[in-house]
Amino acid sequence: MKHKTFFWFFLPTALAMFLFIALPLTSIVSQSLHTPHDQVLVVVESCDPFGCKSETTIDHEASKQIKEEEPKGKWVGFQIYTDRNHLAFKEVGELWENKTNFFDFVSSLNNLPFYKAMGFTLTYVIVVTPLVILFGLIIALAVNSLHRHLKGLMVFFSLLPMIVTPLVGSLILFWMIDSRGIIGSGLQELFADPNLSLKASTGLTWITLIVYGVWHSAPFAFIVFYAGLQTVPQETIEAAMIDGATRFQQTIHVIVPHLSPLVAFVALIQLMDNFRVFEPIVGFSASAHATSLSWIIWNDIGQEIRLMSSAATTSVLTIIGVIILLMPVLIRTWREFNPEK
Amino acid sequence: MFLRKIATVVALTTLASSAWAGCGISEGRVSIVGNEFPAIQTIGAGAMECAGDGVTVETNLTADHQKINLPGMTGNPAEFTSAIVANSSIVALMNNDVIRPLNDLVEKHGQGLQKSQLVTIDGNIMGIAFMANAQHLTYRSDVLKDLGIAVPSTYEEMLAAAKKIANYNLMQYPLGGAYAAGWNLAEEFVNMYIGHGGEFFKPGTAEIAVNNQHGIDALNMMKALSEYMNPDFLTHDSNATSAEWKAGNVALMNMWGSRIGALRGDEVDAAVVAATATAGPMTVGGGTTAASTLWWDGFTIAKNISDADAEATFIALMHAIRPEMLNETTSPQAVWLIDGYVPTPAAAGVFAAAAMGTKPYPMLPYAGLMHSAAGVEIVDFMQGKETAEQALAGLEAAYTTAATEKGYL
Repeated sequence: MKHKTFFWFFLPTALAMFLFIALPLTSIVSQSLHTPHDQVLVVVESCDPFGCKSETTIDHEASKQIKEEEPKGKWVGFQIYTDRNHLAFKEVGELWENKTNFFDFVSSLNNLPFYKAMGFTLTYVIVVTPLVILFGLIIALAVNSLHRHLKGLMVFFSLLPMIVTPLVGSLILFWMIDSRGIIGSGLQELFADPNLSLKASTGLTWITLIVYGVWHSAPFAFIVFYAGLQTVPQETIEAAMIDGATRFQQTIHVIVPHLSPLVAFVALIQLMDNFRVFEPIVGFSASAHATSLSWIIWNDIGQEIRLMSSAATTSVLTIIGVIILLMPVLIRTWREFNPEK
Repeated sequence: MFLRKIATVVALTTLASSAWAGCGISEGRVSIVGNEFPAIQTIGAGAMECAGDGVTVETNLTADHQKINLPGMTGNPAEFTSAIVANSSIVALMNNDVIRPLNDLVEKHGQGLQKSQLVTIDGNIMGIAFMANAQHLTYRSDVLKDLGIAVPSTYEEMLAAAKKIANYNLMQYPLGGAYAAGWNLAEEFVNMYIGHGGEFFKPGTAEIAVNNQHGIDALNMMKALSEYMNPDFLTHDSNATSAEWKAGNVALMNMWGSRIGALRGDEVDAAVVAATATAGPMTVGGGTTAASTLWWDGFTIAKNISDADAEATFIALMHAIRPEMLNETTSPQAVWLIDGYVPTPAAAGVFAAAAMGTKPYPMLPYAGLMHSAAGVEIVDFMQGKETAEQALAGLEAAYTTAATEKGYL
């Protein structure tokens, strides 16, 4: 393709990317380096139905001028990045100094919100991503071997978990796994433990969230792999059969290598999605046991406190996290498209 | 037949609304955002009656009102002309300077108001309160009577009662409580800390001071109570706790006055309804201050709107809280601060709270930051993963970081 043709083809995309990705990103980065100005507080008489008393409030007249001079807020550089509610350099340093052993250090990091969130997020990513790929592949192979009259119906049913909105799906399951719900009381019967509750312990909550994550995302892997299975060359399969390969050997040596670019694609999307895990934590009211970076952002701006700089900082850290996580896959893809000359 | 009925209803409604059309307003835009519970629904419906020629009235009543009211009032002109708020949430609107003083409007159209309804900051009327709310004891009179337990007036007595009920195997988890991680859990901490006589901040500053004996005692009491609650208590908000009550699983709980009416709903077992009784808030640790907070709900008017819209909004809301709106349906919905309100049995707990001199929830610009940090930081303590001192140190550190970012420290 000529450079000029490419330019005109690419222009709309580039424009959209600039408007909807680059500009908001710049704004977020800028927000994370600024904080609101120091508040001018005054003590005034305040009355409500319960009586009058002296109460502290913000002096808007006095704050106005400072705000007009520097509308972006106070420049603080990387102060928010390193503070206790984010990377917590000082606190981590102190924990390292006072540690008795390495495991003690790691578990004490759990008291810092950023590291607590990372602990769950990384576990979730590491466990859910491979399981989604595995289950997606198994479902795809199973559906593909069905009689053609059944296939359409099964494809539809296999996709249902993905069609249900994550928040709604997790809320439905939340009530089913309640100790008085159908799954919760079923499990109590099964394990003969009337006090068993999936919501009360951290370990079981993590398992619940992970099972939910696999249940919700496996259909995505399934539909991608199912499409890939339609392109497996029959000649190769037949050749393998003549060589005496079993069904399992055909799968491992012919089908899986054929699907490997799709595996990379699903892994890429899933790593990115799972790192941003959010809805199930809200749906399962699981924030007592598991938090994620996305949940921290929501908690910062979802309430009346509106910690904008804090939320912006966590957003930038999320983006950096995604980039680090995708690095191996990206490097591999880049190498495939730029073979050594 | 059915169609005719509908036609009649529609005709009547139209008549009714055209009869009210005006409410003395000739033109203007009214757009109200607020929380969603029966009393606020009534206020919203009351304001809607003022819709008519040249006057548009919209309401957006949702549990997520705190997430949308500030963004919706920041623009110029503001999307919402009024936000219905409580003493905690008015602070966020004042902090961001999006609501206007109502002195001139009160003078012009506020003849029916009582002085106590005016929420005044430094002489400026910033809101008009129309109802009061508080958390207080709710108990099952039948269970307490069967076991010969007196109605608890302290949390220590509540614990003893819970122990007795559990020992007699009457209920597996006799206590209820809105202990869901986040806002609810923090609210219980605020109650318990005030009950122990604690002050949240060093006087005259935004410096937090909760890592003390009052804080430790408050947390230990919450932990002791949670031993008698459903093990899922960290996921139970007021809705889930109410559901446990309705199902007859709980004998004692600290619950919002505004939710007592719903506990006696049609879907609830008659025996539970008959035995649902209320009393004032409890004290704790030998203190005399109730371990609870007083709340008001009221309306505010946006700053960034035309004076005509502000006036229309004020008149529509004044219409909604006029004394004539009180009737058999609306009276039990809340403890109305409106002239002519006669308390119903559902209001007993809130009145007892006011009579005990329960402290109002602090209206400080930085109280929300403390509340939010508490909802996250004391969770590990409630699960036994850290000590009360560690949890309180975490709460102080999280608050200090957030307050520094917001410019309070």
